Amino acid sequence: MTTLPVRVGAARPDAGGAVGTPAPLPPKQRSRRTSFGTNQWVALAFVAPLIAYLVIFYAFPLYRNIELSLHDYTPRAFVQGNAAFVGIENYVAVFGSKTFPKALANTALFTIVSIAFQFGIGLILAVFFRNNFRLNGVLRGLFLVPWLLPLIVSASTWSSMMNSDNGVINSALAVIGVAPVNWLTSPDLVLASVIIANIWLGIPFNLVVLYSGLQNIPEDLYEAASLDGANAWQKFWRITFPLLRPVSLITILLGLIYTLKVVDIIWIMTAGGPGDSSTTLATWSYREAFGTGNPDFSPAAAVGNVLILIALIFGFIYLRIQNRTEK
Amino acid sequence: MSHRRSWWKTGIGLVLTAVMLFPVYWMINVSFTKTSDLRDSPPNLFPFAPTLDGYTAVLSQQLPYLGTSLLIGLGTVLVTLVISAPAGYALAKLRLRGAAPLTFILLVAQMIPGVVMAMGFYAIYLNSGLLNTVGGLILADSTIAVPFGVLLFTAFMSGIPNELIQAATVDGAGPWRTFRSIILPVSRNSAITVSLFAFLWAWSDFIFASTLSRSGQFLPITLGIYKYIGNNTSQWNAIMATAVVASIPAAILLIVAQRYVAAGVTAGAVKD
Repeated sequence: MTTLPVRVGAARPDAGGAVGTPAPLPPKQRSRRTSFGTNQWVALAFVAPLIAYLVIFYAFPLYRNIELSLHDYTPRAFVQGNAAFVGIENYVAVFGSKTFPKALANTALFTIVSIAFQFGIGLILAVFFRNNFRLNGVLRGLFLVPWLLPLIVSASTWSSMMNSDNGVINSALAVIGVAPVNWLTSPDLVLASVIIANIWLGIPFNLVVLYSGLQNIPEDLYEAASLDGANAWQKFWRITFPLLRPVSLITILLGLIYTLKVVDIIWIMTAGGPGDSSTTLATWSYREAFGTGNPDFSPAAAVGNVLILIALIFGFIYLRIQNRTEK
Repeated sequence: MSHRRSWWKTGIGLVLTAVMLFPVYWMINVSFTKTSDLRDSPPNLFPFAPTLDGYTAVLSQQLPYLGTSLLIGLGTVLVTLVISAPAGYALAKLRLRGAAPLTFILLVAQMIPGVVMAMGFYAIYLNSGLLNTVGGLILADSTIAVPFGVLLFTAFMSGIPNELIQAATVDGAGPWRTFRSIILPVSRNSAITVSLFAFLWAWSDFIFASTLSRSGQFLPITLGIYKYIGNNTSQWNAIMATAVVASIPAAILLIVAQRYVAAGVTAGAVKD
């Protein structure tokens, strides 16, 4: 954890790129006068690989994706490169599809319910770990495990635990007399099941970020409140909660942006099924393009672009809030 | 008194951690369970008659996949460092014009859904022969880590005192030499954090693997597990054994580099 304060503290000085230190050494002045133009070339040389990289590996795929969505790409047209231009037809088809309202509702439910629980549980745990006790650091480290595991590992573990016939969850329920639950095959339950797994995955991130946010609240505030006779409940609502608001907002928005794009966990556990019952916009797009034996890239790209738009809306809200909190 | 109270809290902490890590325990438990005991009801909470059958199956079938994933992970680390460390230096210290819009682009780049990138890459790779190649997958996987790497390097390098750079200039070091022998050594910790996340993301990647490398000779381990599940739906011990083996890098990193992990998460790192 020793790197943390360095980094957080180091992010601010010199942010504008100006030389802030009032210690003008003679050599510095000389080099500044003679080589101001050269400096820009040097800076460009250092950043050139990144710019080339962004153009080739971000801009180009995104451009290809828009192009896909405006043409009618069949697998054959893909190879021959003669797909017909259809304008916004793919978008019209996507919005008119009966999967669209279902996927949109599922995306909203999946995202909002996941975030609510991840954040709530993460906050409770962060407040708990603010206490001083033995093994605190070790246990906090162990809480990172779900976040570090490859998603395929977590997803298949949850699938095995939620198995209807001999999964451990149903066995545990049987002990208290509950009939077997079809976690992954019942259309009414399957979305809840993937949400449960996703909440579990997201708790570590919320815990770590909120915990580091708590570290920045000065201890004397709590001591002063104690002297005034405040109890733990009051301290939480009057000190922790308001002071943690900026960090909380950023955590929630980052969570939103990244939960919107989730494909792996849902795809591995349910493939979006049965039917469309656990299909989100991201898994729908994935299914159209890669999930069936008969790839349909153009509608998939259209769905993907709709998803980008939604993600960017939350993205800009996030950037605005972050800008405001930094000022 | 206060000592007793802190032990009481440790107790709660242990219970919470146990609940949280139950799925991980269950994965390990099932991986050691005999095939004949898999359908026991209630299931065994502990593998009293452990078997290594699951692991033998992993080693005989999945070993090449693990090798491929290792190669892809290391390749992704290399690409990420080569692109992001110099760029971070330019953004933090070289007063680059247009630094603000570039930073903005990097933030936005992190918001683009993986499935969209996968489709774009597929369309490009199909025509350029990069489909089902290790190199193609390394390049695609690096897009998860490069924006994060640049932002992290920039944040850290901004904190390096300008006097350090000036002293090097006085001694006659050019920009490249300053970067190589002053900036890079000082930024070691950031480089470790970036490498760690780049490796882990590449190792764990499923979306790019399942779209850009579906049928090649070199499959990464995530796809190995996925295919194994598809073919052996009831062989949970072998599936979970593979899962355990696939989790080893994460476990090692957590043990040897927990502080870098925590630093990376709070620096705005988010798993895809």
